[in-house]
Amino acid sequence: MIRRLVLALDDRLGTAHFMRKALRKAFPDHWSFMLGEVALYCFIVLLATGTYLGFFFDASSQPLTYNGSYAALHGTVMSAAYASVVRLSLETRAGLLLRQIHHWAALVFVCAITVHMCRVFFTGAFRRPRELNWIVGLILLILALGAGFTGYSLPDDLLSGTGLRIAYSVLISVPLVGRDLAFLFFGGNFPATQTIPRLFFAHVLILPALLVGVMTLHLAMIWRQKHTQFRAPGRTEYNVVGSPLWPNYAMKSIGLLFAVAAILTALGAFFQINPIWLYGPYQPANVSAPAQPDWYIGWLEGALRLGPAWSWQIFGHTIPAPFFAGVLLPGAFFALLFVWPFLERRITRDGTSHQLLDHPSDVPWRTGVGAAVLAFAIVLTFAGGDDVLAKIVGISVEALAALFRVLLVVLPLLVGLLAFEFAREIGIRRNASPTPDTRLVISRTAAGGFVEQPLENETPQ
Amino acid sequence: MARGKMIAIPFALSVLGSVWFAAAYALHAGPQFEGLGLFVALAGLALGIVLWAQFAMPHEQVVDVRDTYPSLQNERLAAERALEYGADELGRRGFLETFAIAAIGALGIAALFPLRSLGPAFGAGMYQTKWRRGARLVSADGVVIRSDDLAVGSMLTVFPEGNVGDASSQTVLLRVPPNVLQVAAGRKDWSPQGYVAFSKVCTHAGCPVGLYRASAYELLCPCHQSVFDVTKAALPISGPAARALPQLPLQIAADGSLEARSDYTEPIGPGFWERA
Repeated sequence: MIRRLVLALDDRLGTAHFMRKALRKAFPDHWSFMLGEVALYCFIVLLATGTYLGFFFDASSQPLTYNGSYAALHGTVMSAAYASVVRLSLETRAGLLLRQIHHWAALVFVCAITVHMCRVFFTGAFRRPRELNWIVGLILLILALGAGFTGYSLPDDLLSGTGLRIAYSVLISVPLVGRDLAFLFFGGNFPATQTIPRLFFAHVLILPALLVGVMTLHLAMIWRQKHTQFRAPGRTEYNVVGSPLWPNYAMKSIGLLFAVAAILTALGAFFQINPIWLYGPYQPANVSAPAQPDWYIGWLEGALRLGPAWSWQIFGHTIPAPFFAGVLLPGAFFALLFVWPFLERRITRDGTSHQLLDHPSDVPWRTGVGAAVLAFAIVLTFAGGDDVLAKIVGISVEALAALFRVLLVVLPLLVGLLAFEFAREIGIRRNASPTPDTRLVISRTAAGGFVEQPLENETPQ
Repeated sequence: MARGKMIAIPFALSVLGSVWFAAAYALHAGPQFEGLGLFVALAGLALGIVLWAQFAMPHEQVVDVRDTYPSLQNERLAAERALEYGADELGRRGFLETFAIAAIGALGIAALFPLRSLGPAFGAGMYQTKWRRGARLVSADGVVIRSDDLAVGSMLTVFPEGNVGDASSQTVLLRVPPNVLQVAAGRKDWSPQGYVAFSKVCTHAGCPVGLYRASAYELLCPCHQSVFDVTKAALPISGPAARALPQLPLQIAADGSLEARSDYTEPIGPGFWERA
């Protein structure tokens, strides 16, 4: 059976040589190499659950009066889109389960990508010859953020509608082209009836197609360049040591696929997420407080909250506040990420190829910079929930925002310096040559005294 | 039991999980029961496969030799030459190359034109709202507001009559003691009997400015916590908003109903480049 398959394929495609090499390809074992796989498997769960959800979603802003099974909304005027998600959630069997798995998978997807990116950053895996794949990975992150936000906005509920309103305001803030771009994307002044159908099209076709394409490129480059590996005896710049693809690595990886799917299923089954029937349909004059976005938008929300209250008037034109916090800041953030491999090469003057990974303590300054940037993003994320925090802590939102503005400067510096020192210290200990043998032999002399001698000159007893 | 046979247990559990899931679906048991079955089915598979790989398979390590690149110098030169050869061949007829590039460029630009259909008249609806001179203020239920309807200290979301729910026209109507208002020169007649009305669309990012601290006469935006001072024509005093909320000029009609004196005198909502 196997023999016939191999022969039949080779007769027609000449695959024997490739197959032999591919099946024995080495995959280095390290837990941190699974992070990218977790992202991939989240994406597979997203495609599977999303395909099911797509059959039930009605991408239309057409208003209708609700008369479904959920009594609290009876008689409420809502869009057909919102009504279809309420119906899917509360009347379709397995609908809510799959919708919640889908939402959780989206959150974990972006999280896995982010942590994977941190791994790549802190171990220097982005260095030559992998700069291109770092850029491709960043594009995947941006696509994932876009897929997440468009999906989050589809149900047309009060919470996500408010998020769309903010996104629109950020887009129109862009000088020269912002207003016109916003009209092209949203189909008119907000709230436009065209918006939901367009979000749907982007979410179920354009973005997933791009994600599949760019992901394929990402994996093809990994396949071609082979994996990086951590330093260890027997591992060099010229080899890769690891489990063979078939069967060891394949089994472990398929196991991981099911494990990721199982965890996402448990989250979707037992942890409620985005109960849109409680939020109510989007109505432009209504808003709920507190309103928090999905976690990966938190830093942008925080930036908008802490951003300066600037509105610049230039030659009869306006550059409003959201441009600085909502466009310039994330733009600079991603620009820094995109150029980092080249920037680091400039700084270190190291243009050689690296197949062996750094330990984060090998390059303390990079670890420090990375930690500082992470601290910056985390402060912004917490600032995105400052109204909730203010309530918990019991101080005014204004005071808390002022505190966050200070933390936004101080904390990254502090965390960066600490990470630098910490990494340096660990590096010194790791790299110190093994302590010389200082064992002594203490022997008693005939006279009753004691003599100390180094171990190697051990005297017979 | 042998170790190999133990690994069969999670697979067996997985089968039970699938059966459970199907049964939960058939019985309308709800997401928790459905999810439990699906979870056991998937987790059993995951566990079985991982245990299998870990305990019932030889752990071998293979060593791959990396392809070395950059490639050999002569390969690189040959590749370069192959590319150059074609480019030279194209360049030999420079005018053809120019025309071909012009044709492709023109096609590319022409292909952009249909994109224009995606957005209707740029900016339409950003400069006016549905408020007109004499438009009566109505609540979200469509009830006309009369001058004795609101107690001092209260706040209500209002729309122009006939346009309830209109996103751009949403307005907050507040009644404050007339003596606390610091009325600007051109706005003497805009706030009869302590009634003031401001656009409800935040000038920062467009959220509805829906919270009111009546004791301090402050309007709050729940999205990014901008605070506007009602007594100073909704000037921002805290948070990221940089501009005051536009004020709707009010008057009281002969029958006591509140109505607008005109539309807003400036574009409502967040700023944009074309806004003066």
